[in-house]
Amino acid sequence: MTIVEIGLPKRLVELTLDGESVRVPEGATILDACTASGKSIPTLCYGDTLKPANACRVCMVEVEGSRTLVPSCSRKVEPGMVVRTDSERTTHSRKLVLELLGSATDLSTTPHVDEWMSACGADPSRFGPSAPPSQDRDERRPGEHEEIDGSVAATVRQPTKVDNPLYVRDYGKCIMCYKCVDACGDQWQNSFAISVAGRGFDARISTEFATPLPDSACVYCGNCIEVCPTGALSFKREHDKREDGTWDESKQTETTTICTFCGVGCNLTLHVQDNEIVKVTSPHESTVTHGNLCIKGRFGWQHVQNR
Amino acid sequence: MSRRKKTEPYVRLTQPLVRDSGILRPATWDEALDRAAEGFRRNVANGGPDAFGMFSCARATNEMNYMAQKFTRAVIGTNNVDSCNRTCHAPSVAGLAKVFGSGGGTSSYQEIEDADLIVLWGSNAREAHPIFFQHVLKAVNKGAKLYVVDPRLTSTGKWAHKWLRLNVGTDIPLAHAIAREIIASGLTNMSFVERATEGFDEFVKAVEPWTLPVAELETGVPAELIRELAHAYAKADRGQLSWTLGITEHHNGTDNVLSLINLSLLTGQVGRYGAGLNPLRGQNNVQGGGDMGAIPDRLPGFQDITNPDVAKKFNDAWGSNFKAAKGWNLTQMLEAMERGDMTTVYIIGENPVQSEADCEHTIKRLSNLDHVVVQDIFLTKTAQLAHVVLPAAAAWCETDGTFTNSERRVQRVRKALTPPEGARDDIEIMGEIATRLGADWQHKTGEDVWDELRSLSPIHTGMTYERLEKLGGIQWPCPSEDSLEPSFLHGRLWEEDPVKRGMPATFSPVPHSPPVDELTSEFPFRLTTGRRLDSYNTGVQSGGFESPLRMGETLDLCPQDAAALGVTAGEEVRITSRRGQIQAPVRIDDGLTPGLVFMTFHFPDEIDVNIITIEATCPIAGTAEYKAAAIRIDKLPVKVG
Repeated sequence: MTIVEIGLPKRLVELTLDGESVRVPEGATILDACTASGKSIPTLCYGDTLKPANACRVCMVEVEGSRTLVPSCSRKVEPGMVVRTDSERTTHSRKLVLELLGSATDLSTTPHVDEWMSACGADPSRFGPSAPPSQDRDERRPGEHEEIDGSVAATVRQPTKVDNPLYVRDYGKCIMCYKCVDACGDQWQNSFAISVAGRGFDARISTEFATPLPDSACVYCGNCIEVCPTGALSFKREHDKREDGTWDESKQTETTTICTFCGVGCNLTLHVQDNEIVKVTSPHESTVTHGNLCIKGRFGWQHVQNR
Repeated sequence: MSRRKKTEPYVRLTQPLVRDSGILRPATWDEALDRAAEGFRRNVANGGPDAFGMFSCARATNEMNYMAQKFTRAVIGTNNVDSCNRTCHAPSVAGLAKVFGSGGGTSSYQEIEDADLIVLWGSNAREAHPIFFQHVLKAVNKGAKLYVVDPRLTSTGKWAHKWLRLNVGTDIPLAHAIAREIIASGLTNMSFVERATEGFDEFVKAVEPWTLPVAELETGVPAELIRELAHAYAKADRGQLSWTLGITEHHNGTDNVLSLINLSLLTGQVGRYGAGLNPLRGQNNVQGGGDMGAIPDRLPGFQDITNPDVAKKFNDAWGSNFKAAKGWNLTQMLEAMERGDMTTVYIIGENPVQSEADCEHTIKRLSNLDHVVVQDIFLTKTAQLAHVVLPAAAAWCETDGTFTNSERRVQRVRKALTPPEGARDDIEIMGEIATRLGADWQHKTGEDVWDELRSLSPIHTGMTYERLEKLGGIQWPCPSEDSLEPSFLHGRLWEEDPVKRGMPATFSPVPHSPPVDELTSEFPFRLTTGRRLDSYNTGVQSGGFESPLRMGETLDLCPQDAAALGVTAGEEVRITSRRGQIQAPVRIDDGLTPGLVFMTFHFPDEIDVNIITIEATCPIAGTAEYKAAAIRIDKLPVKVG
């Protein structure tokens, strides 16, 4: 017989957050504690339905007694912990991290990043003009590095991949946060269609042997797009509407309803613009989906608007 | 690989149609509604209320289904109301209701994650219920064992720790052999059996002949694997048994379901957190349609229609006078059409012409009718046969209401889109017809209808829209607005007090009955049907989007059979059954074994697989044996020139 752990009730832990005493359930992270007390900590790689990846380093905070800053998204609270989220050290760290990300990556579709940058005075352009997009990122092997002359800032820019009717992959916007890999892998979808290939600055998200998506294990559930924080992954419909200038979030409504296909009862949030469904997401707090859908729920809505 | 012929996607209906001189022509709403009502009145006047049948819609809201059965019972005065649950899980509802008193899956999705043993029987959940399967995989990744019972090695089976490859239609021998092994090994949960069940001794006798070697011969599953599953299930702390249409779409589907329920009774794997029985429902609201009484033998909330007190409660509430007797189910309605006893039918959002087995036969039967009214979002093949076609709003995104899912969770459906100009809400259309038939029906919003239902159905009484919103849906039963029941059903079976324990669960010593469509030298291949991930049923909805995964209809067969027939992937072949003939391209699938072939039913406009399936139906639930047809495959003659 296999034993499956189904958990025990949680106790409350008391800690000090920016000088104030707060109590949160044991096992919570510093980020959870901040959210519970109304503090907004910038983060890119944190996903409310995923295990912390500790990749982006945007959410670093200071913990008294710790030599280094700690990632608030993964560090669990401890009794008596003293945490500072807005010290000079945290601001300085966030500034540099955002500058490096902003210089190497296209953050133009990353929500809130402009506010965060101006709050900490980040200026990605100080590393110089961006290097032009490269054509060979998918083929680079570890160790085969071109010497950089320092005249331009290195970037991950590359052509946008449009190889199927449902998804667009614009890896020039990818910050390597791993969320898509985790959503596609054993945390949710278990399709393992994508993973990290390469090393160091050449690391990128890739299908097996960098094949186009239709030749990969992808089943088009869109659960990677659901968690992508920068718009590197997007739905084709959204991508096309952004390209032709008709994507307008201020004119969109979001209404949560139930999928019309099988009987599992997945919650769908329909993003509607001009009485047309333009995107489908799923509420992350739904006990049925936890933000995940299949190809039918994610894309199977066009039939109602073939009018 | 793609040999798919391009078919135009369906376009929304926005104008009512009426048939004149054999041709459907556009009409005004008033004209169409008058015609619809007049036809119903004429047929009921001639043939009595039972000349009328309602095909309600498992895709529409609970509110619409409640009103559809109310229309049938209160306005027309018959109990002839049913829905497409007949083509899929009616045996599950019948089996569970027979043993436990209510026809729902007994566990919640969270409990699946917390199970330590999961058996998926006749279910390709990875493709047909992908998000349910994510809950299964959560459990597997935590250490639970997964057993998959299926004639095909599907993408679900590939995740199993053990795959039990049984011959099509030998589910009962396999279940009985598992039961016998549990009993013979002393693993029966005797305290549960003695306290909560009936008929154990008779059951022991019934399974006695199914020793492991005998079962291996009949089912094709190695004795050692049967033994392993029996021991694993009996010893599990929290064992989950889930099934889909591999169990129900047989001529003895209800018996198949009962044979699985037996295993849970034997081991006490029901009525506890994490242990349970779960039919995975195939349509967004097929659970709700039955819960709302849009079935011929139950009133809303699974209340027994043959109980005069129950019928009186509803008649008093509605000011109506329907009989406390079962109506005809969908299968019986189709037979009544053939006899001429049923002459008019109101079809809401169903496409029986393409979804029923042996569809040529269904077309003939519908063509017999004096008056067919179809209410749909598209001009489906069924709508094309109608005398009046009424354009409806799409339930899931253009109306307000609720759906009920496979874990009995009632969840809010919300209007996100304005329906196209000309299409109307289902409940509103029905109200217009009811008014024309002289009923005093005021238009009600979804919430008003729901509140009426709550006043009549105790299992829904506590579910206000406000609570559904706040709690992210509520699972039935929910009798009180102040509390919530446990997430699993039938906990009463474990009570010490016999009064609280209530009706005991009865073992079912069901007999084995092999598929009706026999394999012979003329028809040597067993054809089974199922779904693929990116497509859905008759494809009316899923055909609306472009999928990179879609390959169109194929005849899947194993490499050995392909070699023996001398056919290769992509080659068009002729497929013949005792009922008809079609052509389809070959696809090679390693997951099949010699003699077993597979097709979907997603592309009926191009290749109509239900021309060759068999309409042998389960006598209890009326579900057809889609899963087991006998066919022959012929290589096409080479074209000369």
